[in-house]
Formats: sequence, structure tokens, C-alpha cells
Amino acid sequence: MTSTYVATLELAAGAVLLSAVMTLWRRSVSSIVAMLRLQGVALCAVAVDLALHENDRALLVTGALVLVVKGVVVPTVLRRVAKWDPRSRESRPLVNVPASLVFAAGLIVLSYVVGTRITSLSPDDATRLAPLGLATVLVGYFMLVTRRRAVSKIVGLIVVDNGIALVTFLLTSGVPLIVELGSSLDVMLVVVVLQFLMASVRHHSRIDALTELRELRD
Amino acid sequence: MLILAILAVPVSMTVVAATFSWRAWVGWVSAGSCALILGLGIALGVATSSGPQWALHHSLRADSLSAFMVVVIGAVSLLATLFTPRTMRQELSGGIISARYARHYVVLMQAFIVCMLGAVVTANLGVFWVCIEATTIATTFLVSHRRTDGAFEASWKYVILCSVGIALAFLGTVLVYFAERHVPATAHGSSLDWTTLTALAPHFDPNVTRVAFALVVVGYGTKVGLVPMHSWLPDAHGQAPAPVSALMSGVLLSVAFYGLLRFRAVAVAALGPTFPRALLLVVGMASLLLATVMLIAQRDLKRMLAYSSIEHMGLLAVAAAVGSPLALAAVLLHILGHGITKAVLFLSAGEIAHLEGTTEIAQISGLLARRPALAGIFGVGLLSLIALPPFSLFVSELTMARAEVDAGLWWAVAASLLCVSVIFAAVGRHARQMLFGGAVADAPPSATDRSLVLPLVGALVVCGALGIVSWPLQSLLVHAAHGVMP
Repeated sequence: MTSTYVATLELAAGAVLLSAVMTLWRRSVSSIVAMLRLQGVALCAVAVDLALHENDRALLVTGALVLVVKGVVVPTVLRRVAKWDPRSRESRPLVNVPASLVFAAGLIVLSYVVGTRITSLSPDDATRLAPLGLATVLVGYFMLVTRRRAVSKIVGLIVVDNGIALVTFLLTSGVPLIVELGSSLDVMLVVVVLQFLMASVRHHSRIDALTELRELRD
Repeated sequence: MLILAILAVPVSMTVVAATFSWRAWVGWVSAGSCALILGLGIALGVATSSGPQWALHHSLRADSLSAFMVVVIGAVSLLATLFTPRTMRQELSGGIISARYARHYVVLMQAFIVCMLGAVVTANLGVFWVCIEATTIATTFLVSHRRTDGAFEASWKYVILCSVGIALAFLGTVLVYFAERHVPATAHGSSLDWTTLTALAPHFDPNVTRVAFALVVVGYGTKVGLVPMHSWLPDAHGQAPAPVSALMSGVLLSVAFYGLLRFRAVAVAALGPTFPRALLLVVGMASLLLATVMLIAQRDLKRMLAYSSIEHMGLLAVAAAVGSPLALAAVLLHILGHGITKAVLFLSAGEIAHLEGTTEIAQISGLLARRPALAGIFGVGLLSLIALPPFSLFVSELTMARAEVDAGLWWAVAASLLCVSVIFAAVGRHARQMLFGGAVADAPPSATDRSLVLPLVGALVVCGALGIVSWPLQSLLVHAAHGVMP
């Protein structure tokens, strides 16, 4: 029983990081959205696995919430947004794809180096995997910084958030339910806000102008 | 009861504003509700002088510090909402917005105020995070209210940067929770309740707490406008309608700073004073330096005020690094003084921008001759901002410097004094251009509307009075400062 728990946990946590790296690799929006969907499902699996192991009902609710928000709502909104972006592919990222993957590998090593300082506090099966979550956060930040397209920036933000959710599950079996509810709602709203901004700009100027930040400077 | 009432007032006002379409009375009622919040905040300050108040099964908690923050929020939002009818009238008649957006504006302003009040009365550091993130969502629409390219760009930058920054704060909060769960005595029944956290903090694992505090400082530092994640601030404050800039600059920054003060108490209890002090000194001094450089060559009126907010937040961070009761009391007084002064300045700058049709400093000149009342208010506001006596910012900056000297941070005092004097000269030069510069106008000076003059003059009088006698606030400040001592 315990070994199934550990194996599932490792598989699901690994899938979260893997899908994060895949978003760096893939260029077409539809496959990136598919990766985010996979990431949402994997996160839900982590939560449910932990909930069953620790007999924690609140965490089970959290898992369901994660599935709805990160597995269904957010990818669906994103797919809609992507249609408005004139460039359906990331044509000129600041760091090209192969170099990005090498960078991602470096970030994973870095998060293990930093992560062990934190996980040494209580090295159990779940905590041991926390560096995977940190690595997901870092990959998300990397995406946010190096990709120019508006959609890619939103994807980066979501990956960061999913990484933080993974760390939360692995280290603390989830924060109190009220906080979890609030933060999921906030994240969903942020994505909706970004969608709204893109929708408004679509009507009277090019979306590129939004992310290239040309209007305002000192 | 008081805490619930404080939240109930703006919540019901939000409902009212959402139900009725825009009329001037909605604006006046919303200003009335802010006055009520201010009154309730003062009552809460009196009530909490004998100990903290709780509500809703201990999920809401208010001590003197919370009460003080409610007073600040009430005062600044009263000023900002008094300008709602005026701003809407100008924008509707100028064809900038349609009536639908006027209604959105009032609803969002009230929702924004609810989120800030929620942040300062919650007992839970996780809920605090939720409230702060919710302020980002509400204010995004307020920043993009005018629907120009610049406004959309500013709000895009604002959402992305703040969400990213504040995600770090969430990670930090989670790590604090992790550290708390592994304190042997409380494997069960741990919470993110910050009183419990402060009590247990001496047993926290130092490695985890150190990483957590660094994440929190950078994370909430984004919302405070501290370096390195400050770059959204001048854009957002420059593009938003004047009352929104007044609220964002006057209180939202300080509400996020309030979170840093709470976390600092936990970090000092867990790690001792050295690490938190070093971190806050670095971000504070860096913000101060950046603001100084950017203010010297500033060309835009509203961006000048925005960079001055970064300056003042930097000063707060440096003083919070010291962390003595004197320094913390000065920090709080500074928060109030800066909030009111900055609100007056943004509101009068909004009026200037409306009348002159530009916010470029070089294109505004001879204001004092042409519009004496408005220019006078703006000029006196600037004197208060650069901390001249008798205004309260002078007293708080002097007290902060004294606390820094007591803590042996001579270099910090010297460096901040240098920055503050350079800023003094820079702002003075811009002010001279706008108020006295250019040819003397032939036209007779135009009168300014009394509904504009009265609230702003009243606010400046309060700032001046607080600099001379702080007795109504003294015990509240002392109590509040002790609330965030470890």
C-alpha cells in the first residue's frame, strides 16, 4: 500500500515538472494548453494521493478544486485567448528552444541544491519531492522572462502558480482550506483579467503592443 | 462587532453601487461610507487600547496596529471618494468614458477598499495574501479605466508583475507554515494565525525561515513598490484616474508594508534581528537610491509623485530594519502622513492635468498666477511631501533618523539624508517650473471650485496639525508599534 502511495506521488510530481519543461519545448499553443491540462490533472493526483494516505478530507476537496480550476477552467480560457493572438507560434523568444531546455536542466539542479536545505527539516516521502515543485516554479519564471508573446507570459504565470501549489502539497499537505479556496479563486481571476485586457486591446490596437511595452517610459 | 461593521459598511456600499446606475448621489454616499469607516476605525482604536478584538470564530482579529491601518484607509479613501462625483463628471462630459464605466468605477473602488480592510483585520497570514492579491485584481480595472493604449499597457504590466511577485510571497507563507508544522509541540492544530506564529517562532527551523522571509520581502515588496520589483508602480500610478492613484499610492502600498511588518516580527523571533535587518536595509536603500536618480530627470508630473512613493517606501523599509519601538512608531506616523499628503497631491495633480490637458512638467508653467488656489494647495502639498516642518512627515523622518542613530546605523542615516536632500532639490526645481515658470499670463486668475479646495485644505491642515501635536495618536502609535515587536 505504502509503495503504491510513493510510486503514484513520484509519478504525479514528476509529471508536473515534465509538463512544465514541455511548455518550454512546444511552440504551438494547442500543445502548450494540452501540457497545462496535464499539469492540472497531475497536481490533482498529488493532492488526492496525499489525501488518501493521510486520511485528510479537506485535502480531497482541495484536489477537486485544483482539478476544476487548473485542469479545466484555466486551460479553456487560455485556448480562447490564444485565438486573438496574431502570432500563433512563439516566433522569436529571447532564448531559443534548445538553449531554454539546457537552462531548464540547470534550474532543476539548482532547485535540488537549494531544496535540500529546506527539506532536511523533515525528510519523508513527500517532502523529499519538494525540489520538483521548486524547479517547476523556476521554469515558469524562466518562461515568463524569455517569451515575448502575451499568451506565453500567461502560461509562465500559470506554471509558476502550479509549481507553488505542488510545493504546498508536498511540504505541508496543503494550506488551510480557506486559504486554498481564496488563492485558487485569485489565480482564476487573474487569468480572466488578463483575458479581458487582451480582449480590450484586440479592438483598437495590436496585442503585440501590450507586451512590448512601448507606450510608457521615463 | 466593530470589526464586522468595518467590513460590512463597504460591502453594502459595493452592493448599492452595483445596483443603481451612476448618479452623483452614489458618489456622495460612497464618500459617506468612507467617512463612516474612518469613524469606526477611530472607535476600534479606542476599543483595542485594552487588548485585541476578535470576530467570526477568531478568524478576524484587530489590535492597535490593525485599528491604525483602518484609520489610514478610512482617511485616504474619504479624500479619494470625495472626488468621485467630480472625476466622473469630467470624464463623462469629456466623452472619455460611458455611464456604464462610471458604475464599474464606483463598484471597483469600494471592492478595492473592502480588500484592503480585509487584509488588515484578518488573523490569518494566508487570508492576508488572498486579500492583497484581490486588490491587484480590483485595481487592474481601475488602472485601465480610461481605456487608452497607455492605460492598458500599464495594467498589463501591473497584473503580470504583481502576480509574479506576490506568488513569491505565497511560497514564503507556505514555508513559514511548513516551519510551524514541524515545531515538535504543535504537530497538530497549527495554523497560519499570526499570533500563534509569533509565539512559536523561536522554535522555527532557521534555514527554512530565512528562505521564507527573503521570499516574503521580495514578494510583498513588489506590492510595496520596493526595488527590485518596482517597475509597475510609475506606470500604474501615472495612468490611473487621480483618485485611484491617490488610493493606490496613499494606502495600498502601506497595506502591503503592514504585511512586511507582521512577517518581520515572526522572522526576528525566529532568526534574531541581524538577517531581517540586513535584508530590509538593502531593499530600502536600493529603493531610495533609485527614486532619487529617477526624480532628478523626471518629466512627468504623475510619475514624479509615483517615484516619490518609492522613495517614502524605501525610507519606511530602512526604519523598519531598525525595528525599535521608536522606529516602528515613526514608521506608522509616516504611513499616515504620506497617505494623506500623497492623496492631496495626486488629487490636485489630477485637476491640474484636467485643466492643462497635459502631465508634462515642461508644458505646465505659471500655475500660481493663473490658478492660485489649486496651485497653492499643490505647492503646500509638495512642501509637506519633501518633509518640511511643521508637517508630520518632518517629525516622522526626524524620529526615524534618530532611531537609526540609536541603533548605530550612522551610514544609513547619512545616505538617506543625502538622498532626501537631493530629492528636495529635484522636486523643488520641478515645482518652481510648474508654479512660477514661464511668462506671466495676461488673463485674470481663474477661481477654483470650493468643493475641490475644502477637502484638500482640510487634509493639509490635518497633516500640519499632526506634525505639531500628535497627542490624539500617541498612545495608539505606541500600542501599535509594540504589537509588531517580537
